[in-house]
Amino acid sequence: MTSAYQITEHNYDMIVVGAGGAGLRATFGLAQKGLQTACITKVFPTRSHTVAAQGGISAALGNMSEDDWRYHFYDTIKGSDWLGDQDAIEYMCREAIPAVIELEHQGVPFSRTEEGKIYQRPFGGMTTKYGEGPAAQRTCAAADRTGHAILHTLYQQSLKHDARFFIEYFALDLIMDADGACRGVLALDMAEGTLHLFRAHGVVLATGGYGRAYFSATSAHTCTGDGGGMALRAGLGLQDMEFVQFHPTGIYGAGCLITEGVRGEGGILRNSTGERFMERYAPNAKDLASRDVVSRSMTIEIREGRGVGPHKDHINLDLTHLDPKDIHEKLPGIAESARIFANVDVEKEPIPVLPTVHYNMGGIPTNYHGEVVQLKNGNPDEVVPGLYSIGEAACVSVHGANRLGSNSLLDLVVFGRAVANRCAETIKPEQRHVRLPGDACDKALANLDRLRNANGGTPTATIRDRMQRTMQNDAAVFRTGETLADGVRKIREIHDSFADVKVSDRSLVWNSDLVETMELQNLLGQALATIVSAENRTESRGAHAREDFPDRDDQQWQKHTLCWVDDDGATRIDYRPVHMYTLDDDVAVVPPKPRVY
Amino acid sequence: MAEFTLPKNSKIHAGRRFSAPAGAKRTREFKVYRWSPDDNENPRTDTYEVDLDSCGPMVLDALIKIKNEIDPTLTFRRSCREGICGSCAMNIDGVNTLACTLAIADCKKNEVPIYPLPHMPVIKDLVPDLTHFYAQYASIQPWIRTESAPPPDRERLQSKEDRAKLDGLYECILCACCTTSCPSYWWNGDRYLGPAVLLQAYRWIVDSRDEDTGARLDDLEDPFKLYRCHTIMNCARTCPKGLNPAKAIAEIKQLMLARQG
Repeated sequence: MTSAYQITEHNYDMIVVGAGGAGLRATFGLAQKGLQTACITKVFPTRSHTVAAQGGISAALGNMSEDDWRYHFYDTIKGSDWLGDQDAIEYMCREAIPAVIELEHQGVPFSRTEEGKIYQRPFGGMTTKYGEGPAAQRTCAAADRTGHAILHTLYQQSLKHDARFFIEYFALDLIMDADGACRGVLALDMAEGTLHLFRAHGVVLATGGYGRAYFSATSAHTCTGDGGGMALRAGLGLQDMEFVQFHPTGIYGAGCLITEGVRGEGGILRNSTGERFMERYAPNAKDLASRDVVSRSMTIEIREGRGVGPHKDHINLDLTHLDPKDIHEKLPGIAESARIFANVDVEKEPIPVLPTVHYNMGGIPTNYHGEVVQLKNGNPDEVVPGLYSIGEAACVSVHGANRLGSNSLLDLVVFGRAVANRCAETIKPEQRHVRLPGDACDKALANLDRLRNANGGTPTATIRDRMQRTMQNDAAVFRTGETLADGVRKIREIHDSFADVKVSDRSLVWNSDLVETMELQNLLGQALATIVSAENRTESRGAHAREDFPDRDDQQWQKHTLCWVDDDGATRIDYRPVHMYTLDDDVAVVPPKPRVY
Repeated sequence: MAEFTLPKNSKIHAGRRFSAPAGAKRTREFKVYRWSPDDNENPRTDTYEVDLDSCGPMVLDALIKIKNEIDPTLTFRRSCREGICGSCAMNIDGVNTLACTLAIADCKKNEVPIYPLPHMPVIKDLVPDLTHFYAQYASIQPWIRTESAPPPDRERLQSKEDRAKLDGLYECILCACCTTSCPSYWWNGDRYLGPAVLLQAYRWIVDSRDEDTGARLDDLEDPFKLYRCHTIMNCARTCPKGLNPAKAIAEIKQLMLARQG
């Protein structure tokens, strides 16, 4: 097999896969630390989906009113519905402040207050005084284009630090050795159609989420969870995959994101009677309750016949009472999106919106250094040597069962930096690479060869469409045992049908038919892990709402799900405990309590 | 008058035609540029008839429908589908723009022509090689350059007025629509930086936090890098984000003049 394909070998200290916010922060952080680092990415860095983040990045700077990172810590735990690891959450919320200051120093064009400080806006679930005080203004914003502003700045910093990029290279598989350590990654140069083996002492998976497992997602077409797919094929378990966040305000039909910042700036959700219905579901936080709470409330309104539009199947997001000057200054991007994708002038009409798949809380399990961990011989925190994961690809877990808005951009930069710091401590520059066995790439090459020549009866797009529709129907905002069992059966069938996939493009140059097929393979494994984990968890927590088990069950279920999927689609489930401890005495553990907004 | 013709291997031939399924009531034709380096064939245009009743509203929706249902070999870049990543920049209906934000209904020609961004090397079909464009971006050292240390534990201050000077500049998505619409760039693209990169240069020159304006202007003081802009204004007309690179270039030229005293 190996002889049939020419492979170019590259030797680095570290390889980062993915060039979104987390991947770029890790890449130049590692380069800064003197480690020979390369970043391989399937899209040019500024096209990564971080670019689409709108509302902002959270940090308790206290620029607008009193704030404390401990309040942020509390809110994040409550937002996670007590599934987040509290050591990691402490690390993230405390590091948030220097991380955002660092971004400003690197040139992010944040919006400003009258005093010239970074402008901060309210966001869902962000409060003060451990939930007792008024809403916090914690989300640092560059108008409503914060992700764009941050991603471009991080790419500029990568240029400054002369980081090495391999752009439009598609990562095929991890190269693992017999001891279970990661030794590198095999990738396809899409433009040339050549294969490249990147040897490294560490591989960082910063490949983002797998939102495209669903039919309607705010996620980009490229959000196919390639790192999660590679991890599954390497025999690793994924964590908390049942927790899929539905963003309350995707544009009806198009699915494009309308930031929570709209509600932070005073926008209101209204049903067909014009009622501000969130007052009934979350009397205190109202429209700024956690995303899972708002998405469920909207779904109930629609179900009970109070949806808007000819089919009564969506909800209105009303900005018409806002000062046009504020819209122009703080929300120009969504005014543009609403015009293009919903034909709406936000100053005059409401935006039609619907809860839309947005974020994967689950992913590759890691500790707060970004090191990938697995349950092994009874140790739930066994580190996988040489493998790291950060950003949406990872499950640290700082978001638990539900992520708070503006904690994602934060997660990217904090853990991107953390992994660079960790590797600087643990990896000596330019050590020799250990010998790889001659068949190290064989499994990956066999998979590539099969898909390149796949000539079955079902085109990639057909299988993908079936998967997306099934996930949309059977693993939705509300779930029941019945629909999940049905969904598991269907997704297993669809997973099996991949054996019959047909690839039409036989070229090796920019073969997007082949790449989409490999992306579909990555999605299928994660779709299966998602729905199997969802069927297995017989409680409701955060984004996982079971109608047949409406309550949270801390006795049974305050634990992380681990799900393995083998190449034949056989699944296995086990668990890891939630870290109910903090790093030091600066902040106390928050024990579980009822979650009311 | 001298007549110029394309070299033989560049002439675009008529390609295949894919008709809409029987029974389609509302259709639109898309004439799409196709070229692959794998064979020795000339470029061609394939015509796809698309059933609009089962297609999303944007040109990108039509391209994806063609790839999914008619011809999986059709090759183009796409990612965010909401006009922020800049991947699907191409020449549609005679204009450089993003396929994801152009509504099919807004295309004027009945048979909508779709070509790669003009005057760039083509890798395959609608995928241009943007390596040189990206290298030019890197060449202006587009990161904040300062001499004084920032305050150690808080942000640099910037007034709202100074921050407002970045509006209309920082929003650039590097899609290259403007640069590849510029005749001066077509002619001198090896040395002229082009509108997108000059817009980015000005974004840093005008940022009150940056302290290297002199060196930035020195770097642009060149007959080609900056001064090949002849205010043709195609850049401002074509920008899918509504930015005005020509204005930024004019501002740089004014600063050049001002510092000559």
